[in-house]
Amino acid sequence: MSGSGGRLPTLPFRLENRVSATLPLIEARNLRRRHPEGRGWLLDGVSVTLLPGMRVALDGPSGAGKTLLLRALAMLDPIEDGELFWRGKPVARAAVPVFRSRVIYLHQRPALLGETVEAAFRRPFRLKVHGASRYDESRIVAWLERLGRGAGLLRQPTAELSGGERQMVALLRAMQLDPAVLLLDEPAAALDAPTAESVECLVAEWFDAAPARRAFCWVSHDRRQAAHMTDRTLRLAAGRMAPPQEEPKNVP
Amino acid sequence: MSPDYIELTYGQLALAASLMVVCGAISLALQLGLERRLALGTLRTIVQLLLLGWVLRWVFAAAEQWYYVVTLMAAMTVVAGTAAVRRVERRYAGLLVDSLLAIWLSAWCVTAVGAFGVVQVPLERLAQYGIPLLGMVLHNTLTGISLGIDRLGSELAGRRDEVETLLALGATRWEAAQGAVRQAVRTGLIPTLNTMMVLGIVSIPGMMTGQLLAGIDPIQAALYQMVIMFLIAAGASLGTMTVGLLAYRRLFTAEHQFLPGRLKK
Repeated sequence: MSGSGGRLPTLPFRLENRVSATLPLIEARNLRRRHPEGRGWLLDGVSVTLLPGMRVALDGPSGAGKTLLLRALAMLDPIEDGELFWRGKPVARAAVPVFRSRVIYLHQRPALLGETVEAAFRRPFRLKVHGASRYDESRIVAWLERLGRGAGLLRQPTAELSGGERQMVALLRAMQLDPAVLLLDEPAAALDAPTAESVECLVAEWFDAAPARRAFCWVSHDRRQAAHMTDRTLRLAAGRMAPPQEEPKNVP
Repeated sequence: MSPDYIELTYGQLALAASLMVVCGAISLALQLGLERRLALGTLRTIVQLLLLGWVLRWVFAAAEQWYYVVTLMAAMTVVAGTAAVRRVERRYAGLLVDSLLAIWLSAWCVTAVGAFGVVQVPLERLAQYGIPLLGMVLHNTLTGISLGIDRLGSELAGRRDEVETLLALGATRWEAAQGAVRQAVRTGLIPTLNTMMVLGIVSIPGMMTGQLLAGIDPIQAALYQMVIMFLIAAGASLGTMTVGLLAYRRLFTAEHQFLPGRLKK
């Protein structure tokens, strides 16, 4: 996992380097994560490839390791074994923050970090990795208006937001950073139907802005949601990839 | 050494201790239930301080053997480093090592600067100056480390979502931990800073009192007290910061991952 420790040569990617469109954004091979008390594996050799343009649903019973897999893909947890490549290369230790600014994991229960919603949107720009970009209020307001909310939400204290509003703010906070990959951990699970639809709209909008360069992985138990938001489903069971139950749908 | 003070006898000690008997009698009369604790406190004071006096007398007498002095100092440091983490609520593997390392590094550096740089103690008088200096620095460094590490644990546990969210948005491990580390170091330094603010206003500081009783010029005594105060403050700051950084390195990986599972109640 560490920068220098790639055991496998990057051979498979040399071919694909010529066709840059098919170079995976993220390729994870054989990720393994041990149970902290030594009772078997939480992730037991999971391999995932996220090509540009992929919209992946991640499904599986609770406790199957969906959250752990997404966190491992964002390099948020140490893993015992396996490799992770970002655009064909292992990620060096020092480059992890930059990697995470391109591959953003969205928590089930995000912390908003700031007194007001505006402060929450501004917070990421105080990080070194986002130092070159600036907070763009007009962009946020345009998104908020698309959701039927006004600029007034910006002045609202974060402590007073509902669960759905918190999810929306967290999603917009990530979207304004223009990531290449979003790893969404049940972003709509706690939301009522209209709010869930808004979140879906936002993710679709972010993706459609540059479908040739972006991809997302969405943890969802909602078949309907998975069917219209994503073009393939990965199933996880007991820390392993389950064989596909259906052929990948051919969505252009 | 200086004959300019009134020597005490064990009889005079008994006279002072009789004040404790008076307190005990009052406690009995008013049924305050403090007699046992008063007796224990009195006994411990007598035993601990007599023991300290004898150990110091023995080390002072053997002062030309510098390694006796250094051994005693090392023992004091280990006791302080162990005591610093005794009541820490959220612990992690390596906490004791970090505490010992932090207290050793900071207290010894600061005491060395104070003894050899500022006061310019000749090596043969290391026992007389070094041991009391180190003792005072250790005491305050211990408090700083103890408060600081306890606070760091509760801050990181309480801010877990915040730390995780920052990391997910591309924060370095330092950017993610900064808020908690800063809070911990501030907490560790509060007692020292408070002391500095009121020093000499509320009461005559302990060491200055001792020097005044020993017949030293009040300005000289004040100068010594100031030097000590700065050594103490430097030791507490350095120790708290060091232990904060050591703990931070154990709870975050070089890959900028947070390991909250390592903090155990």
